[in-house]
Amino acid sequence: MIKRYVFSVALALGLFVATLPVLAAEGGEDLPSAGTNVNDRAALQRGARLFFNYCVGCHSLKYVRYSRLATDLGLSEDEVMSNLNFTGAKFGEPVLSHMPADGAKAWFGKEPPDLSLEARAKGVDFIFNYLNAFYLDPSRPVGWNNTVFPNASMPNPLWELQGLQVAVHGEAKPGQEATVEKLELQRPGRMTPDEFRGATRDLATFLEYTAEPAALERQSVGVWVILFLAGLTFLLYLVKHEYWKDVHEEH
Amino acid sequence: MASLFDWVNERAPNLAPTFRKHMTEYYAPKNFNLWYYFGSLAMLVLVNQIVTGIFLTMNYKTSALEAFNSVEYIMRDVEWGWLIRYMHSTGASLFFVVVFLHMFRGIMYGSFKRPRELVWILGMLIFLVLMAEAFMGYVLPWGNMSFWGAKVIISLFGTIPYIGSSLVEWIMGDFLPADATLNRFFALHVIALPLVLLLLVVLHLAALHEVGSNNPDGVDVKHGPKGNRWDADKPKDAVPFHPYYTVKDLFGVGFFLTIAAFIIFFAPTFGGWFLEHDNFTPANNLVTPSHIKPSWYFTPFYAILRMIPSFFGTAIWGVIGMFGSILLLALLPWIDKGAVRSVRYRGLGFRIALGVLVVSFLSLGAVGAGVTAELIPAWFPHADVTTWENAFGRLMALGYFGFFLFVWVYTRFGFEKTKPVPERVTMHD
Repeated sequence: MIKRYVFSVALALGLFVATLPVLAAEGGEDLPSAGTNVNDRAALQRGARLFFNYCVGCHSLKYVRYSRLATDLGLSEDEVMSNLNFTGAKFGEPVLSHMPADGAKAWFGKEPPDLSLEARAKGVDFIFNYLNAFYLDPSRPVGWNNTVFPNASMPNPLWELQGLQVAVHGEAKPGQEATVEKLELQRPGRMTPDEFRGATRDLATFLEYTAEPAALERQSVGVWVILFLAGLTFLLYLVKHEYWKDVHEEH
Repeated sequence: MASLFDWVNERAPNLAPTFRKHMTEYYAPKNFNLWYYFGSLAMLVLVNQIVTGIFLTMNYKTSALEAFNSVEYIMRDVEWGWLIRYMHSTGASLFFVVVFLHMFRGIMYGSFKRPRELVWILGMLIFLVLMAEAFMGYVLPWGNMSFWGAKVIISLFGTIPYIGSSLVEWIMGDFLPADATLNRFFALHVIALPLVLLLLVVLHLAALHEVGSNNPDGVDVKHGPKGNRWDADKPKDAVPFHPYYTVKDLFGVGFFLTIAAFIIFFAPTFGGWFLEHDNFTPANNLVTPSHIKPSWYFTPFYAILRMIPSFFGTAIWGVIGMFGSILLLALLPWIDKGAVRSVRYRGLGFRIALGVLVVSFLSLGAVGAGVTAELIPAWFPHADVTTWENAFGRLMALGYFGFFLFVWVYTRFGFEKTKPVPERVTMHD
């Protein structure tokens, strides 16, 4: 009897566990992890500073308001308006780039996308690795290429921080172009490679936040909800157990 | 209070007995196990979807231009909007989790068999409406996967000879999924289908209470000895739904909500399975996502569609196969002619076939979701992915359809060697 019950439970769990490898396989990108922590407020602030110094010239965050940034990043209205807002937008307005759309198409072949949701659409790992993977390529229109996103139309906006990377090509197979084996720093930038990885990690963290501002809140709320529900479930189990004593006795 | 009750009772004398029959004094077998939680949990999720859905519609904009923005507005600017949306999106996936387990329970314990065929048919109708409801809801955020998913699914109707292409246009109200499509899907998702769903759920329960619940032993408690401590005329092996199953189901609700809360608060996209990465990009008819695939709960059926090749110059066979795979489930009461209900006392052949069904269904899900397309090159670098995937997928499709064929032959021609069924239900906890 007990055996059959155990078997039932095992089958139910088995069905669940059987789906786990399937679940795990979904995140099948092979990129190294960005290692971001969206709750690290200092990283968010550093990432925001980088974004507003190097990215917002071309890319908007149209779903993010300056006022919300102030609240979530622990900054005052003054700090946001004088350090992050360079477009004259009002405090309650969203972060919009001033790059004209027509000009952008002419210059880059493509309008720079809004980055509000980039971390959810492509993943933080993609952003982090992409920002580290630029190299000089004279064959491209803007002189840059990228190993994570080959033939990207974007030049490296952070080159003065990172320095200039060049590609080391492997042996070309007949009829194919040589693949990039690794990237080498040709001329150092203002940051050491480690510092630069840290900076791009901060930037990825900031974009992880802009993609889902609720992420700051939901985990801290979630802990209490789950504690409450777990307690409630335990009490409900006791109630059930108490009531069912009748049925078991009769049996 | 008592006078109000009398006042109502005088004017509607059947109300109280109906309530007792269907709720408080519905006598259910006392040996329900783990598998019997999923029916009440499906009701819970349905209520969750309706309540959170009402709040979502207060802020959602039904327009191809504004839909995507309005969803982000809900996620960012609406107070607790993110929670409401995550409850709705997680609820949609968990709805299918509990419904699949509920259906599996029915197959495993023979709950679809005489006299409960009507309950099963109504349940299958609920499943069909639920699939339509989920598909249309998935289109509403108007992300890029919403758009392409809608395009692929609607174009299935294009395989129907003669009327196909005009039918597709008629469904979309345009030549592509567009504003007209979004508006009509909103109407169907928010009003039409929920009404049908609620009606079917009421009928499903009414039909069930007419014949009484099955149980893990598949024994008819109505035919067993009479008289229990609550009522001298009711089956000895049954207990009144209230309080016994209300408290038991409440415990199940608590357990389920704890798991749901974990997903909602800590993994709302569930690694891209409940909310897909490509759907965080607005709909764009010029940019095709790298892998167009439906939501995970459609993937087994989608895989059947993909695995059946076109021949005689038409792709309709896959569509027939896909809908046929659901129709066969609905016809199970007439396919499985075995006299014994519960898997506990059925022949070895049935047990094996049931295992094959589960493995095939899950594997088809993996094929439909593109998991095999990723795993095959990882495990076998030199394999031709398409050939291997087709071979595996077709084998699993064969397993799925084979279940029905096998069970029919097995039970129709008397091959099944069943074990003796006990006189009364067994209980073991």
